[in-house]
Amino acid sequence: MSLSITLTVNAVPRTIALDDPRVTLLDLLRERLDLTGTKKGCDRGQCGACTVLVDGRRVNSCLALAVSLDGAEVLTIEGLAEGEVPHPVQAAFIEHDAFQCGYCTPGQIMSAVGLIREAQAGDDPERVREAMSGNLCRCGAYKGITEAVLEAQRRLAADAEEKAA
Amino acid sequence: MNRFDYVRPATVAEAVAAAAVPGSAYLAAGTNLLDLMKGGVMRPARLVDLARVPGLDAIEALPHGGVRIGARVRNSDLAYDPGFARRFPAVAEALLSGASAQLRNAATVGGNLLQRTRCAYFYDPASACNKREPGAGCDAREGENRLHAVLGWSEQCIATHPSDFCVPLVALGAVVEIEGQAGQREVLLEEFHRLPGTTPERESVLAPGELIVAVRLPGEAAGFAGHARYVKLRERTSYAFAVVSAAAGLRLEDGAIAEARLALGGVAAKPWRVPEAEAALRGARPGAEAFRRAAEAALAEARPSGDNAFKIELARRILVRALTLAAAGTPERLPALPASPHAPHPGVSLYG
Repeated sequence: MSLSITLTVNAVPRTIALDDPRVTLLDLLRERLDLTGTKKGCDRGQCGACTVLVDGRRVNSCLALAVSLDGAEVLTIEGLAEGEVPHPVQAAFIEHDAFQCGYCTPGQIMSAVGLIREAQAGDDPERVREAMSGNLCRCGAYKGITEAVLEAQRRLAADAEEKAA
Repeated sequence: MNRFDYVRPATVAEAVAAAAVPGSAYLAAGTNLLDLMKGGVMRPARLVDLARVPGLDAIEALPHGGVRIGARVRNSDLAYDPGFARRFPAVAEALLSGASAQLRNAATVGGNLLQRTRCAYFYDPASACNKREPGAGCDAREGENRLHAVLGWSEQCIATHPSDFCVPLVALGAVVEIEGQAGQREVLLEEFHRLPGTTPERESVLAPGELIVAVRLPGEAAGFAGHARYVKLRERTSYAFAVVSAAAGLRLEDGAIAEARLALGGVAAKPWRVPEAEAALRGARPGAEAFRRAAEAALAEARPSGDNAFKIELARRILVRALTLAAAGTPERLPALPASPHAPHPGVSLYG
């Protein structure tokens, strides 16, 4: 069975022929589109390493069938920076030492981008920690991650204010 | 994962017809189904994808104050819908206490009702499980069973239903709208899930191929909005299933309880409404004594299914906690840790 789907991946429209409906979004990104920034950790929706944005919302790409997302817009870690300029969340992760080994980091960063878009946590570190609880970090960089998310959120809000003025 | 046929119907009627083929399963977000398929626990021959079926996405206000929630509404969209959260705060709190933000952004209302138990023996194809393979036996009976059922279980199955969302829903009298080849019907959520008995593989009243299209809450359910809470005890602070949980809603008149709604989660194969405890509270003054009496009534029939006798007293205490918090009034804003017993509750004394 051949199934053809269209996805906009990091702002580039793509038509993709799938020979098998079993392909998850995660495997499609990594194995077929060579976008290996998105990581496979548990592959069961427990660790968050595979987090990407689908139609602007953070989801676990390991628990989504690619074929079912026909027509969707997908944003991965590769699509976040503006050329060589890192996204404010990426910059804040570097400044706050929000990782050690880095394996969970693309998922953490995409989750943080989703969290900031959701705009539910405010500046409360407890709400940020709760909202990031779907992303595990075995190195235990949680303190830096929380600081980075709060810092990036402040910076994005200031940028938006500057643009509006 | 097994191979399967994939179909993407364009209407409810097409979906129901496609799923009438034996071995079919509906696919919504797939957050539970794909996990089970990856583990070889479920092996559907055909997936009927609901992604393109229209009419399943709305949160509609009904006359007389009720609400109709489409089966494909995402957990987070429902929890953050301001009109919904204001009128049914315990439901929003339960939703936000479940899973992770990523999963809540994907997982759907219909899928939540139909999610499978988290019993480790059900998830492990090398273990005996009557639910997965009728007649095979139950390795949970002599295994790690401290989180298993204390109400409504049978010798064949001691698994629990893992939903948070269903707990306040069942307390508030939710109705499940179902479509099948024989037409439409509706069932009270309280009667939707089945207890295991001798057929633990049959988890709900759905006939093969029937589809949940919506869940309704009646207008009277909004009458509890001022005093409604969900409390969930987990083995870690966040992102875990309930050890036990409780939803409580109170309608107070002249300082007394005019009507109470109570349900427990994590204790049985279904969300467990406790009408005896609700009756015990009618006319009572809210307070520790009345709440403890209600909790005793709620767990009167409970018995351990293994190393889980502690869950019975824990459930009583969580019920008292939920009632205490509900009586104090629904907070303006949910705590940073929704439903957590560790969340600070300003102005509420929890220890008498």
